[in-house]
Amino acid sequence: MNNLFVYLEIEDGVVADVSLELLTKGRTLANTLGCHMEAIAAGSGLDKVGEQVLPYGVDVLHVFEDKRLFPYTSTPHTAIVVNLFKEEKPQIALMGATSLGRDLGPRVSSALGSGLTADCTSLEIGDHEDKRAKKNYTNLLYQIRPAFGGNIVATIVNPECRPQMATVREGVMKKEIADPNYPGKVVTHNVNDYVQETDFAIEVINRQMEKSEINIKDASIIIAGGYGVGSKENFQLLHNLADVLGGEVGASRAATDAGFTEDDRQIGQTGITVRPKLYIACGISGQIQHIAGMEESSIIISINTDENAPINAIADYVITGSIEEVLPKMITYYKKNTK
Amino acid sequence: MIDNMNFKIIVLAKQVPDTRNVGKNAMKADGTVNRSALPAIFNPEDLNALEQALRLKEAYPGSTVTLLTMGPGRAVEVLREGLFRGADNGYLLSDRAFAGADTLATSYALSMALRKIKDFDLIIGGRQAIDGDTAQVGPQVAEKLGISQITYAESIDKIENGKITVRRRLERGIETVVGKLPLVVTVNGTAAACRPRNAKFVQKYKYAITPSEQEKAAEELQPLYKNRPYLTLTELNVKDVDADINACGLSGSPTKVKAVQNIIFQAKENLKLDASNDAIEGLMKELIANHTIG
Repeated sequence: MNNLFVYLEIEDGVVADVSLELLTKGRTLANTLGCHMEAIAAGSGLDKVGEQVLPYGVDVLHVFEDKRLFPYTSTPHTAIVVNLFKEEKPQIALMGATSLGRDLGPRVSSALGSGLTADCTSLEIGDHEDKRAKKNYTNLLYQIRPAFGGNIVATIVNPECRPQMATVREGVMKKEIADPNYPGKVVTHNVNDYVQETDFAIEVINRQMEKSEINIKDASIIIAGGYGVGSKENFQLLHNLADVLGGEVGASRAATDAGFTEDDRQIGQTGITVRPKLYIACGISGQIQHIAGMEESSIIISINTDENAPINAIADYVITGSIEEVLPKMITYYKKNTK
Repeated sequence: MIDNMNFKIIVLAKQVPDTRNVGKNAMKADGTVNRSALPAIFNPEDLNALEQALRLKEAYPGSTVTLLTMGPGRAVEVLREGLFRGADNGYLLSDRAFAGADTLATSYALSMALRKIKDFDLIIGGRQAIDGDTAQVGPQVAEKLGISQITYAESIDKIENGKITVRRRLERGIETVVGKLPLVVTVNGTAAACRPRNAKFVQKYKYAITPSEQEKAAEELQPLYKNRPYLTLTELNVKDVDADINACGLSGSPTKVKAVQNIIFQAKENLKLDASNDAIEGLMKELIANHTIG
C-alpha cells in the first residue's frame, strides 16, 4: 500500500526507454520515501517484461496479459490502472509523457479525481506548507515543469489527492539499472476482474509503427536548426554537415512547428534533453525552452545572423553569419584538415 | 437502425496568450512574464480541430458545428473567429468561480456545460493548448462524460453506421482506429490547417456578441440583436450548468503551484568569429586538434 507505481509502455514485448527511465527515477524516489516501487504491464506477449524491468528495482510487477490489450486503447487500460489503484492506493504514479501516457494519464486522473502534472522535467520529494489552511505536508512529490512557453519553471504539488501523478518525456531522466539481481516479484492478474467487455470501445484497424532511426539522445555531435534556418530545404545543409562529422540533426520547437523537420528531432523542455560534446546551433535564437534542453552540452557553437541572439550568451563560439555561408565552409575546412 | 447522417459537432476552443513568440520584451526587468506583451489568440491546435469539424459538416450536410470556450469575457473573440471560419454558433462558459482552474477543474466545468448542451454526437478539440502544453483536458472531459476518446488525431476519415474512423499520428507511426459515437477526438497540429475567414461569414457575424456585451453595446445596434437571433452568443455560468462550485476553479484543483521560478542562464565568455574563410578554418582546426570532431 501507498507505494510508487510506474505504468510501462510495451511494444512487441519490449519495454520503452521512457518507462525504464521512469523506473530509474522511481527507484530513487521510493528509496527517499522508504516505500516500494511497483510497475504495471498490460498488453500481450509480456513474458519477458519481468527480466527487463526487475533489475531497475521493481519490487512488484503487476501483469495483465490479454490479446485485446495490445495495441493500446484508452478505456481498457484506464480501467486496469484505475481499478488496480483503487486496490493498491499508491502515493505516486508515473507515466511517460508520450502519446500513450498523455492519453492514459489524464483519463486515470479524472477517474480518481487526482492531480496530474504533464511533462515534468524534474521530480523531487519535499515538504509543503499551506499557509492559508495552516496545514503542513511532508514527503510530497514536487512535480517540476516548465510553463508559459518555457519562460518559467513551476513546482506543482498535490497536497490532498492520491496518487500524485506525473508524466515525464523520453530522454529527460537517466536510465540506470539498480541491481541485476534485484529480488522483485511478478503478480499476474485476471484481466476480466478489471476490465469489462464494453471498455473495448475503440478498435485499431491499421497500425504502422517504425523504429525511429533518429537518435539524438545519444549523439555526441548535434547540428541543430531553428526557425532561422528558414526552410525544409535549408535543413539539408545541416544534414550535410552532420553526415560529414558523424552527428545527428536536432531542431528547436519553432523549427519543428514550422514543419522544417521531424518532431522526433525537437530539443528542449518540450522535446528531448541532450548532452553532446559538440552542439552547433544554427539560426536558433535561444528561447529558454530550447536552452534548457541543451545547455549541458560541452561545447556550444552558435551560428546566427543576429549577433545579439540570446543563445550566444551560453555559446563558447559565436559565428555571426548565415548558415548558407558558414555550414558549407565548415564541411570544406573539416575535409581539408582531416586529409 | 436508421443511419442518421448529420451530426452535431462541438469544438472545444481556448483563447491563449501567444507563447510561441516570446521575445525579449515579453519578460519584464524583474524576470516576470509581461502578459500584456503577448497577443491573445485562438489556440493553434483548436483551429486544426475546427477544420476537421468543418470538413465533416461539408461531408455530411445538415451537420452543425458549435464552439464551446471557457474563459473571461474577452474569450468570446474565439467564438467570433470560429463563426468567421464557418462554425454555426458558440457558447461562452464564463464565471469568476472558474478562475485558477487546473486541468481537472477545467474539464469538470466543460463536461457540465456539455451535459447542459446535451445534444452532441462528437466533441473535437485541439490536442493541447500552447499556454500549458498538458494535453489533459480532452481525455478528462471524455472520462467525465463517460465516453471514449481518440487523441492525437491527424484526420477524421469518415463516419459510417454511427462509427467514426480516425487516423492518429503517434511519435513513431500512424494508427487508424474506429470508435462508436459519441466520443471525444483531439487533433494534432500536424492535421490540416484551418481554412481562413470567409468574407461572407465575417459580414454575417461581425456583431455577434454575448448578452452581457449587448448591454454595453451602442443604442443603434440594439434592433440588430432583436432582429437577428444568430448574433446572440450564449453565455453560461456556474449556475447555468449546475456545477458544484467546490469542484470549480482553484478549490476544485488538486494540483497547487508551490513555487514559480524564472529561468536565468549563466552567460559564458565566448569567442566571436565572423564567417570568413580564415575564421571558419581556424575553428575547424581547433575542434579537430582537441578531438571534439574527427
